[in-house]
Amino acid sequence: MILSEAEVTALLLSLRVAGVAVAMALPPAVLVALALAHGRFPGKTIVNGIVHLPLVMPPVVVGYILLVTLGTRAPLGGWLYDTFGIRFVFSWTGAALASAIVTFPLQVRAIRLSLEAVDPGLRDAAETLGAGPIDRLFSLTLPLALPGVIAGAITAFAASLGEFGAIITFVSNIPGETRTLPLAIYTAIQSPGGEAMAARLAALSIALAFAGLILSELASRRVKRMVGR
Amino acid sequence: MTVRVTMRHRLGSFLLDLSFALDHPGITALFGPSGAGKSTVINAVAGLVRPHRGRIEINGATVFDSEAKVYIPPRRRNVGYVFQDARLFPHLSVRRNLLYGWRRAARRASDKDIRDLVALLGLESLLDRRPVSLSGGERQRVAIGRALLKSPDILLLDEPLAGLDRKRRDEILPYLARLRDRYGIPMLYVSHDIDEVARLADQVQIIDNGRIVASGPVSEVFTRLDLFPLTGRFEAGTVIDARIVAHDDGYGLTRLHFDGGTLTVPRVDAETGALVRVRVRAQDIVIALSRPDAISANNVLAATITDLRVDPETYADVQLSCGGARLVARITRQSLDRLALEVGKKVFAVIKSVTIIR
Repeated sequence: MILSEAEVTALLLSLRVAGVAVAMALPPAVLVALALAHGRFPGKTIVNGIVHLPLVMPPVVVGYILLVTLGTRAPLGGWLYDTFGIRFVFSWTGAALASAIVTFPLQVRAIRLSLEAVDPGLRDAAETLGAGPIDRLFSLTLPLALPGVIAGAITAFAASLGEFGAIITFVSNIPGETRTLPLAIYTAIQSPGGEAMAARLAALSIALAFAGLILSELASRRVKRMVGR
Repeated sequence: MTVRVTMRHRLGSFLLDLSFALDHPGITALFGPSGAGKSTVINAVAGLVRPHRGRIEINGATVFDSEAKVYIPPRRRNVGYVFQDARLFPHLSVRRNLLYGWRRAARRASDKDIRDLVALLGLESLLDRRPVSLSGGERQRVAIGRALLKSPDILLLDEPLAGLDRKRRDEILPYLARLRDRYGIPMLYVSHDIDEVARLADQVQIIDNGRIVASGPVSEVFTRLDLFPLTGRFEAGTVIDARIVAHDDGYGLTRLHFDGGTLTVPRVDAETGALVRVRVRAQDIVIALSRPDAISANNVLAATITDLRVDPETYADVQLSCGGARLVARITRQSLDRLALEVGKKVFAVIKSVTIIR
């Protein structure tokens, strides 16, 4: 399968957007997962609901909310642009931000589940051996939750590759800047004679998704062995 | 080394209300039936449980006081804890498990001490393995080493052998005995297995239904007839600490001396002068009114009856005092009446068999 230059551009852009989206969402996802798994605070149910909202909300709505808050004429977006020169709209970083928000709950969920699977008895053991809370987090809890962190990251990466609604609403469909694979497929279908291109890109998307699943499985198996489960 | 515990703690409808002090070196067993509150007590000493009321002192330092609102967290109490289920860290090798507490200890054992302990626990060949590939007994040995490498003032063990089968248990007991003899570290050992306690412990605190019902040296507490419902007469019998005075290589025998006389037992593999602990089962003692001469048993001891406990059914337990030592014999009620046995009567205890337990 020989890809045209535009197709290669879309592919590379998709990978970059998904990679940055996962990296952006990971640290807050770990913090939120820790708070939900181990924290006891009022309003936990509400926080949990808000975190999971992007999972059930139409992605177009996520894109719309981003547009009205971070657009250059919106208060927050305008301030960011005027003060730091940071602009998300019409930029691939905006696409990454939109993907990060939509896939955030996937990461939180996977990390939280694996945090909750860590035997609390091990933390008691670490405590009697002289480890304080932060020490236990880094020497014990996070390493043992690593399979979940990796599984969550790979799932989020794969989901980011397929994000359409939030991206097109927030940052539009600009070739080479925000036209990721799904947007390129959509564009190809809209243009006369684009059927072959759409088919190639669709096949490519399926192949990527499949590779992602295999990779996720292999990685989690390997990590589980590493952490002795 | 002293540990003083006074605590009141409610768990649902169960009330734990007790007070005890450990000021003996060696191994003190906290013995009692399941659900008696033993684990809660040891967890309170470790700091994993905060009693509702009370005060806990380790080596003169108050680590918990509900009145003065003192609570030192487990990581700042200088105790080593061995859990029933080992709780090794699955993502770390045996070596890194062993060194986990050591790295965080205020005073670190030297490389030589580490190597000695690893050798004593027989862990040399396991260092690069992962916990998941270890047997239950191996895991528990690593857990003991890990707790000790923290250089604690006291080692707390919560039924460390309960999850293991008889064979693995017998494999670990000698390691614990060696640790006690070699390092002299005081241990508080929770167990509901009288056999373990008889083999390991020097002192015992018997806990039942949230209270301490008896305490003292093992040999004394386990011969108290009134405690039999708790100690279970058959498994225990009597424990006697004796010293090796001579070996008879011709007959393959060893002569032991204790407070109440001399015992002749099959050859013991230890130096003359060494201390051993022997166990005499209650059903292995025959009571005679006069010293029997023509008899195959080697051990006949002069004794005085100090207590009697008669079952409603067939049997009776007879507590005998031989010098400073105490024995318990189990005979039928019929024999009791036939020989007209009563407290204060002088008799002879014919011991059919003796087991060396340490």
